[in-house]
Amino acid sequence: MGYFYRNHVLKSRTVKGDPNEQALLKALANKDSKAAETIYKDNFNMVLSLILNNSGSYDEARDIFQEAMITLYQKAKSESFVLTSQLKTYIYSVCRRLWLKRLQQMGKTTSGVENYEAIPVEDDIEIHERRSAELGIMDRALNSLGEPCKSLLEAFYIEKKSMDQIAVSFGYTNADNAKNQKYKCLMRLKKLFFSQYNIGE
Amino acid sequence: MEDILLLNTIERYLEGRMLPEEKSFFEELRTNNPAIDQMVVEHKLFLQQMDEYADVKNFKESLHEIHSKLSITGEIRATEEPEGFGGKVIQLWNRYKKVTAIAASIAGITALFISALAIYFSPAADKNQLEKLSKDVEAIKMNQQVYNKTLKEVTASNKIPKGAVLKTEGTAFLIDGKGFLVTNAHVIDGSGAIVTDKDGNEYNSRILSVDRQKDLAVLQIDDKDFTPIKTLPYSIRYEQPDLGEELFTLGYPRDEIVYNMGYLSAKTGYKGDTSSCQLSLTANPGNSGAPVFNKNGEIVGIITTKQTQAEDVVFALKSNNVFKMIDSLKTTDTSFKNVKLPSRSSLKNMDRVSQVKKAENCVFLVKAYN
Repeated sequence: MGYFYRNHVLKSRTVKGDPNEQALLKALANKDSKAAETIYKDNFNMVLSLILNNSGSYDEARDIFQEAMITLYQKAKSESFVLTSQLKTYIYSVCRRLWLKRLQQMGKTTSGVENYEAIPVEDDIEIHERRSAELGIMDRALNSLGEPCKSLLEAFYIEKKSMDQIAVSFGYTNADNAKNQKYKCLMRLKKLFFSQYNIGE
Repeated sequence: MEDILLLNTIERYLEGRMLPEEKSFFEELRTNNPAIDQMVVEHKLFLQQMDEYADVKNFKESLHEIHSKLSITGEIRATEEPEGFGGKVIQLWNRYKKVTAIAASIAGITALFISALAIYFSPAADKNQLEKLSKDVEAIKMNQQVYNKTLKEVTASNKIPKGAVLKTEGTAFLIDGKGFLVTNAHVIDGSGAIVTDKDGNEYNSRILSVDRQKDLAVLQIDDKDFTPIKTLPYSIRYEQPDLGEELFTLGYPRDEIVYNMGYLSAKTGYKGDTSSCQLSLTANPGNSGAPVFNKNGEIVGIITTKQTQAEDVVFALKSNNVFKMIDSLKTTDTSFKNVKLPSRSSLKNMDRVSQVKKAENCVFLVKAYN
């Protein structure tokens, strides 16, 4: 087991958020794919080495990095968002934390790791995990819906297609028929969703 | 039916698509009827969840696209092996440079000598061990007569210019709904090509690019009868399939589309070629250029050749070659500017029959003529 430790991380701990990076994250929140690409390009290899040096594989590194990107994206979208460290440090810390958790879940040892804390990111990860759990409910509900309901609702809510387009690609005679079918599917989906999801929370 | 109407009304209310009077009427209804109020609150929450779900899902997809793109351009590492060595190795290298150089040249000379000997004494390589899976039209003419198909051939091929001679046949599949197709280069052994869909409709096409070395070719349907497909049902996968993964293919060994299934039996192709892989499935002449799908409906390869001495040993070009080819064409040819390879398969979790039903519309028979 290697150490979760990189020189530059310790050095940059006290550095405040860079205005350029703040702008980059704003662009990320606004779905600018160039921004996501830039962040990806600048950080992936770092995370890859981190995971590979700590008994992970390439695919695991990609998963962890992409999960960190989603955490970052969700954080960037929230209004109260301020980056208090360098972006690299933040991504490194999130990935390190996520990987530690993954290792613990797999029952592998994580000794020799705790001494080198990057920046605290527990709260962000907790928020991210709560949200993923909620989204997991939606995912399971959609997947247990069956066809054609699943594809139909996905086309409308995820691919944001119009009812006319949907009518054509699913072979309904007109948009009204498709709409009717959509509402029927939607009611089933809501039933499945709310059987798992507690409104009181 | 009433529930649907109510849901429709609530959705219009939440999206702010109501007229002022209707809105005030509905708001009054809401305050007077707690059940309806509850439904509105519930639906609002549901839509928020759905929005967030869609947003994250779309973001995840864009991350996958970015990953594929950056690993092709080499801006991020594409494998576990690091491309450079660390400082220590460089120091060692500097120290032992001379010794290594001498050792390497001795090894090199020996290797050359041995391989020269090997070439001299070994029998000439059997180039016929691989059989390309395109159909040679001349060669099978006899068979066609037996099956009484010649007549159909003549009447159906009304798009082939008069006097043209059919050269080769194979399979092609759409990589962009606007009519861009991929097939093997050896299928396009002519000056022009027409493609036929599974219902027998023929379309004129243009040969845009042929890469004999990779054995890949790109065609574009150029026919007013062709209606572009908005979204392709399958996606093209950049990552390689796993050993033992179940695979299936759709192709045209006959004039009719034929389904076959098998599995990935080796990660490399003929004689260790890393750009292709070995499948165990039944393929026949005409299957060349056929897409190889995994169980999620993602294209992982393109059937190219089979080994003649062994049954069911088929080689497929890995699909990442398509990405590479299109990417390089994009930099040189403006007609590829808008080509977007499908990155999301809508065939996941579907049973095989429905997968095939959706995918077969995008797989075509190609006939090349001179």
